[in-house]
Amino acid sequence: MAHVHESNTKRIWNVFIILSVITLVEVVLGIIRPASLEAHVLGMKILNWIFIILTVIKAYYIAWAFMHLEGEKGSMRWSVVLPLIILIPYLIFIILVEGDYTHEVLKHGFQSWDF
Amino acid sequence: MEATVTTGSEEKVWSGGNQPMGASYGKMMIWFFIVSDALTFSGFLAAYGFSRFKFIDSWPIADEVFNHFPFLHGVDAPMYYVALMTFILIFSSVTMVLAVDAGHKMDKAKVTFYMLLTIIGGLIFLGSQAWEWKNFIKGQYGAIETTSGRIFQFVDASTGERVALSDFAVSLNEDRITHSANKGVWYESERPLTTFSLNEVIAGFEANSNIVVRTETNAAEGGKVILDRQQTAETLAKATAVVEGANLVHNEYGHPLFANYFFFITGFHGFHVFTGICINILIFFNVILGTYERRNSYEMVEKVGLYWHFVDLVWVFVFTFFYLV
Repeated sequence: MAHVHESNTKRIWNVFIILSVITLVEVVLGIIRPASLEAHVLGMKILNWIFIILTVIKAYYIAWAFMHLEGEKGSMRWSVVLPLIILIPYLIFIILVEGDYTHEVLKHGFQSWDF
Repeated sequence: MEATVTTGSEEKVWSGGNQPMGASYGKMMIWFFIVSDALTFSGFLAAYGFSRFKFIDSWPIADEVFNHFPFLHGVDAPMYYVALMTFILIFSSVTMVLAVDAGHKMDKAKVTFYMLLTIIGGLIFLGSQAWEWKNFIKGQYGAIETTSGRIFQFVDASTGERVALSDFAVSLNEDRITHSANKGVWYESERPLTTFSLNEVIAGFEANSNIVVRTETNAAEGGKVILDRQQTAETLAKATAVVEGANLVHNEYGHPLFANYFFFITGFHGFHVFTGICINILIFFNVILGTYERRNSYEMVEKVGLYWHFVDLVWVFVFTFFYLV
């Protein structure tokens, strides 16, 4: 490779600390499950929103720092990331709406599921 | 007019040695493999989400399923073990990226050392996952199943705490043995007998007045809906089998789909970790043999590193959606 790589050791350890702290926060919240965060916002518990947002932050650090996307050319970076951040939320949206609908059908249908 | 006009820029584009998007062929291809693999895992996790939304009011509570920790028998330790596994995998990701960093500096000794740490981290993770599977398959409390496949778990009526079958079932000294195909008609067999038969569980229920069952249904205030003695007796009357542990068909923790997704998604991820370790070992020996020293580039370490980080990335999502949410 033509370009010179500088050492990233300091950045690596910083990212490790960030990832560890986020994981620790997730685990502590997962064990305590504070009652104040059990309320529903946009169809989901606040706690679950916090978990998902923290997970996306972790994914960002792993992809940008460890997989070194931050050092790639913009065209390379976005040809990898854009398909994922367009397709995955779309898939999740469709499938979860369908799952919710199926739940309603099972709940209100004239079919017994418990005998 | 000349037919073969060559400008400087054309020569640069078409004469080879060119790297679109500033990445070498191998690196770009591992990236596009990762994109497709990420979409595959998204499909699995989205399917898990579908089933969970479909059975949203009766899905098992993960904290109650995964509550083991090595050497802590009978201690309720939700999350601790998976948290440890997550740290192990994140740390092996750190040693991997340190190996890549050392590779950029052409430091063979450091690359070797960090690759070795990464492989060890991967092996510990895989072993931990095997232990997790073992606990899940073996089960802890046992339950009964009705014709429709609903699971009923036993709890103490006064405290609401789970009770294992072995704590209350009465031994009836039945000498029934597993009916296998080689002992009778060749097309008839049954699944292995459980530690306690249905009759022994029912006898235990009658002998202990504080035993009731709880349903799969999630209660509004958290936890599961618990039935009273009368309802429990009615439930036991329509029970068809005792379930101990989990497999693809019967699952003592609740809906069988939960076990199916658990085996499939963590199994597929574990398979990725396994292949990652194999490739890491291969590259590790190449590093020792000096292959990349002679090639004057440790890019191969970088490529296997990308795969390894991806496996870590997937675990971050599996961790969230299986254990936290």
